Amino acid sequence: MKKMEDEIKFDHNGDGIDRRGFLKCMAWAGTGTLCVMKGGVMKSFSLSRLGEIDPTAAAGELSFVQISDSHMGFNKPANPDVIGTLKAAIDKINALPGNPEFLLHTGDITHLSKPEEFDNVQEILKGAKVKEAFYVPGEHDVAIDEGKEYLERHGKGSKGAGWHSFDKNGVHFVGLVNVVNLKAGGLGTLGAEQLEWLEDDLRAKKSSTPIVVFAHIPLWSVYPEWGWGTEDSARALSYLKRFGSVTVLNGHIHQTMQKIEGNITFHTAASTAFPQPAPGKADSPGPMKVPAEQLRSVLGVTSVNFVRGQKALAVVDSNLK
Amino acid sequence: MLVGGFAQLAGLGEHAHAAGLPHQQMQHEMATEVKIDNFSFSPATLEVKAGTKVTWTNADDIPHTVVSNDKIFKSKALDTDEKFSFTFEKPGTYPYFCSLHPKMTAKVVVQ
Repeated sequence: MKKMEDEIKFDHNGDGIDRRGFLKCMAWAGTGTLCVMKGGVMKSFSLSRLGEIDPTAAAGELSFVQISDSHMGFNKPANPDVIGTLKAAIDKINALPGNPEFLLHTGDITHLSKPEEFDNVQEILKGAKVKEAFYVPGEHDVAIDEGKEYLERHGKGSKGAGWHSFDKNGVHFVGLVNVVNLKAGGLGTLGAEQLEWLEDDLRAKKSSTPIVVFAHIPLWSVYPEWGWGTEDSARALSYLKRFGSVTVLNGHIHQTMQKIEGNITFHTAASTAFPQPAPGKADSPGPMKVPAEQLRSVLGVTSVNFVRGQKALAVVDSNLK
Repeated sequence: MLVGGFAQLAGLGEHAHAAGLPHQQMQHEMATEVKIDNFSFSPATLEVKAGTKVTWTNADDIPHTVVSNDKIFKSKALDTDEKFSFTFEKPGTYPYFCSLHPKMTAKVVVQ
């Protein structure tokens, strides 16, 4: 019987957490575990024993969730019921210990930018026990009228194609848009206007402020042959280099992946709709069909915990089984 | 000498074969369709005569768009089985790509 594939994407602190403790927690991750760092101590909580967990023990100073690529409107064999799997993702979120404060959606909310598709997602997300939701668009959300529908619904207070920033509990969040003005043969792109805004936005922040950047297409070069990268992300990353803790959350590739570079942890989320093949493992990056009973094990949500004093955020992926 | 003779005969034969085809059949054989599948356009280079209407059909299980690099034509997002057509009046080379997946590139060459 296939074990659940919850994984811990761990921080690279090196202070107080011994490797053995980390590995022990990793071993439990197969049964669905939330690992939280608090005050330098790693605590783990089995998701199957949620009822017994004291929410305050499970929380760091800030916890939120990321979902991605709900592709509302998709109805092909890879998943004929994206509504059902999105609802399952919300159920998963609602079952997490200590309700996460808010939800980040890293784009491809809809499949074809249609109004009813945006409506459906908004309706379903109302069932999530979070106080608010923040979005960035995917290329599927801006396919009609240069993203007019997306901006009307989710662009309040944002600039340009929808970039924005906000602060929560001392953590600075930046939502970037790298899916408009794409050029032939190119990758994702941020553009000069957005990059100038980003430089300006970060200028006044102290280097000790934890930063979370979220954008649809990965900001690191996952697999350029399939367009899985952002052309001008190097400039954005140069503005982030001085900060002690940077977490970059992306979507687009419909599988979890991570990379750590200095103080920056890059992480991509699974889709709530359908998986895609690993880089190079198929002719093209389209929807990947898996046996129906395995579908939910390759879809998922990501929960993120921040504990003050720790360099990196604890990022945990859970599948929808 | 004999070999040369054979070669010439063979050449003649080919010409005769082509000339023998009815006009309508020749027209029908000239491709005016582009199939979109597996994140690619085929054929990647389509050659047509000026005045030809080209039709793209999306056979992929993910939407794609057809967007001219020079902003001369632009389709909406085509779901599976949806089509887009454009008539090329002027000769030239028209590179285009999918704006959702910009690595997908192709061109139409109009004579």
